[in-house]
Amino acid sequence: MEPLTFFVILFGSSVAAGVLGALLGLGGGVIIVPILTLMAGLNIHYAIGASIVSVIATSSGAAATYVKDKITNLRLGMFLEMATTTGAVTGALVAGLLPGQALSVIFGLVLAHAAWTMHRSRQEDVPKGVVGSPLATRLRLHGAYYDPALGRRIEYRVTGVPQGLGMMWLAGVISGLLGIGSGVFKVIAMDIMMRAPIKVSTTTSNFMIGVTAAASAGIYFVRGDINPFIAAPVALGILLGTVAGTRLLLRLRGAAIRKVFLVVLIVVALQMIWRGVQGTIR
Amino acid sequence: MKDATVHTENGGVEPLTRMELAISYALRGGVLVSAGIILVGILWFALTRDTGYAKVLPHYLPELLAFHQTSGPGFFPTSLRAVIAGAMAGKPYAVIGLGMLLLIATPVVRVALSVFFFLGQRDWLYTGITLFVLAVLLLGLFTGVG
Repeated sequence: MEPLTFFVILFGSSVAAGVLGALLGLGGGVIIVPILTLMAGLNIHYAIGASIVSVIATSSGAAATYVKDKITNLRLGMFLEMATTTGAVTGALVAGLLPGQALSVIFGLVLAHAAWTMHRSRQEDVPKGVVGSPLATRLRLHGAYYDPALGRRIEYRVTGVPQGLGMMWLAGVISGLLGIGSGVFKVIAMDIMMRAPIKVSTTTSNFMIGVTAAASAGIYFVRGDINPFIAAPVALGILLGTVAGTRLLLRLRGAAIRKVFLVVLIVVALQMIWRGVQGTIR
Repeated sequence: MKDATVHTENGGVEPLTRMELAISYALRGGVLVSAGIILVGILWFALTRDTGYAKVLPHYLPELLAFHQTSGPGFFPTSLRAVIAGAMAGKPYAVIGLGMLLLIATPVVRVALSVFFFLGQRDWLYTGITLFVLAVLLLGLFTGVG
């Protein structure tokens, strides 16, 4: 194939991945890595390097949105970034030692888990009866926000600081290892471990993703995993696609479409695992 | 028992929110500038059919995608010094690399500015926390940069 033709196809696929990632709330990175490895047959280290850059672009570009909503708990985010950045550096260093096949299997498992988590809709919006831990109080992590749907101000307290930190470290490792935002794990840390309301967990997670990704991206760059020929069209394409997808999201909240893509994601995840085990991934 | 911080946290009137919002808009600017530089590099590369380090012939796709090359069409600069030198010399791949590095640096700037904010607030606890994050980021950024 002519290099420029391939280049344009790469860009187009990335725009699509960005749109889809925004619609599903999973991010473009988790979509583009399987496309680059399974379909285009690229080296998975290059796919991950391109993805991590796109994660920084989309999350930093949208950071203002998350701060403006006044739901994001900035202090909580900054405090937990200590764990995610440390994890991300660890993950990026480990990724350099692992063969592509192992990364593919881990990616498949994480993708399957993310798709499954997305499938389960959460009932309890604001956890009740949470007694804030003294450590969380000392760190001033408790917060409040106005919920337009409920029409009132929600005050909440958080707990489980050590567990939250531990889970966040793991989220950072996965982000650094696979070049994705790993928002699902960040949400688990705040939502399940620290008992923050789901809205706070989601927006704070988005706020943290860019800083987490930046911790590992430098390592990827120096290692030579960010190939301009791949990373440039992927980063710009996903950035463009995410902006478009976020606009679309306001009009399109169909549960049926999500279900279809969910099945697709599970199939893709299984393929990443299978190809990794087979050893046919580069 | 309620402490005063609960009422101001994330309430929008808090200085932290205002400052972070200002930083966030600056970040968006940083992303746009980086994306612009990357786009210039892409167009330059497409028009000249040259990475700046090697010519790109129509049958060179496998070479462009080959893993970790030290020369030829698959080579690109990976250190700050090589990227800057290459960009100054007008090499398309170095220009793209410059945009990438700027993009990677954008969140680091956010954290650095937050450190100054907490210092100004005499909030030593969060000065320490953000300083820790900044140190890890810089460690990641400069790991292996020769």
